[in-house]
Amino acid sequence: MSFFSFGQTAEIDIVLNDAETRKKVEHKTEDGKKDKYFLFYDGETVSGKVNVTLKNPGKRLEHQGIKIEFIGQIELYFDRGNHHEFVSLVKDLARPGEMAQSQTFDFEFTHVEKPYESYTGQNVKLRYFLRATISRRLNDICKELEIVVHTLSTYPELNSSIKMEVGIEDCLHIEFEYNKSKYHLKDVIVGKIYFLLVRIKIKHMEIDIIKRETTGTGPNVYHENDTIAKYEIMDGAPVRGESIPIRLFLAGYEMTPTMRDINKKFSVRYYLNLVLIDEEERRYFKQQEITLWRKGDIVRKSMSHQAAIASQRFEGSASSEKALSQAKEEDD
Amino acid sequence: MSEATVADTRRLNSKPQDLTDAYGPPSNFLEIDVFDPQTIGVGRNRFTTYEVRMKTNLPIFKLKESCVRRRYSDFEWLKNELERDSKIVVPPLPGKALKRQLPFRGDEGIFEESFIEERRAGLEQFINRIAGHPLAQNERCLHMFLQDESIDRNYIPGKVRQ
Repeated sequence: MSFFSFGQTAEIDIVLNDAETRKKVEHKTEDGKKDKYFLFYDGETVSGKVNVTLKNPGKRLEHQGIKIEFIGQIELYFDRGNHHEFVSLVKDLARPGEMAQSQTFDFEFTHVEKPYESYTGQNVKLRYFLRATISRRLNDICKELEIVVHTLSTYPELNSSIKMEVGIEDCLHIEFEYNKSKYHLKDVIVGKIYFLLVRIKIKHMEIDIIKRETTGTGPNVYHENDTIAKYEIMDGAPVRGESIPIRLFLAGYEMTPTMRDINKKFSVRYYLNLVLIDEEERRYFKQQEITLWRKGDIVRKSMSHQAAIASQRFEGSASSEKALSQAKEEDD
Repeated sequence: MSEATVADTRRLNSKPQDLTDAYGPPSNFLEIDVFDPQTIGVGRNRFTTYEVRMKTNLPIFKLKESCVRRRYSDFEWLKNELERDSKIVVPPLPGKALKRQLPFRGDEGIFEESFIEERRAGLEQFINRIAGHPLAQNERCLHMFLQDESIDRNYIPGKVRQ
């Protein structure tokens, strides 16, 4: 920003080397809008070019140095001034001096660690971005390029089902079962509710998915609950011995992987809430945490064998064996 | 090779239901009727009683069928007892209708047929809502209200279940 028309200013543009081939994903911004950003994974190299274009032809641009940074930071909304940077890399592009004409600088951040997934929530934001800066005496010229990072997991080795008997003494006893405790974002929750004792007049039953975002530590912990989904699984009055099936497809809902104590700053956890409602609108509920994880879209060849073994271990169905033999054929 | 498996969405195995459970009477049978309003007494000392008839198969109630006569102030007593002793949110009673008890009305006041019917319906809704509440079912006052011949206002409040 210059008040007078003399002096020089410049425009910065950051362009990634693989902009043509790299996948873009939609990510929510703080005001709820959705935008597309380049998608990166942990360990990937971030490389590109910084184009500095001088606005006023013929004039020189004096500067105190040009640099580019790769930053991963957590921003708590109630504490906006403090950005907690967990990744901070910098590359100097130009020593202090003068620029006579527009110039392009190459940069490369090799095998950058990106330990957490990008997240925009109700009270906290975790983001990664490139920031190119031309330092000047009075005011710097800056440009940011935001990217999105996804954290991937493979099928967990241990994925026990959740099975529990709950109720109110002498009034209502149910046994609920969910087929897994860890679900990937495009998974299906398969379960059942078995009625052992029904002495109240139930009208219907639903299963809700609740997202709980926790920010702050110690006495200043704040939980923000959001009901992501409400899915009716039974309409009408059950009796003893009845089994109600559950089949809930997760792909239709906007969810993130479970995030536990990210950099000791925040958590995002998901709960299944089973709710029974009686004739007088009284609600009886049981909450159970589930772990959500993100599955990679492309299963690389060296991984497919592992993935097939892991899936056979907990599914044990005929189709897994077929996958296992198929994977072996590919590796051979 | 793309996905190793398509998600398995087959139902989980469940025990087949016993036929007597499936077709027998449900374990949650509870019906309370408030009916047959009778106005007793003369002049200023008149009051209306209602028959409160209960049919149930819930084991917590000692009698599977009971029939008692109660007046509006008995319902008020029950509401107060529950508000004091139990943690439940007690539903509202139909109004006290104090205006109707003032003199120089053109109609029968609280003994007006339409008003009694309105009140009867409200009391029936009230008692059904309460009696079906698992926590209210623990309170001795509810059992006394529904199944004892008369309400002993000097009773010792307490719980029925452990």
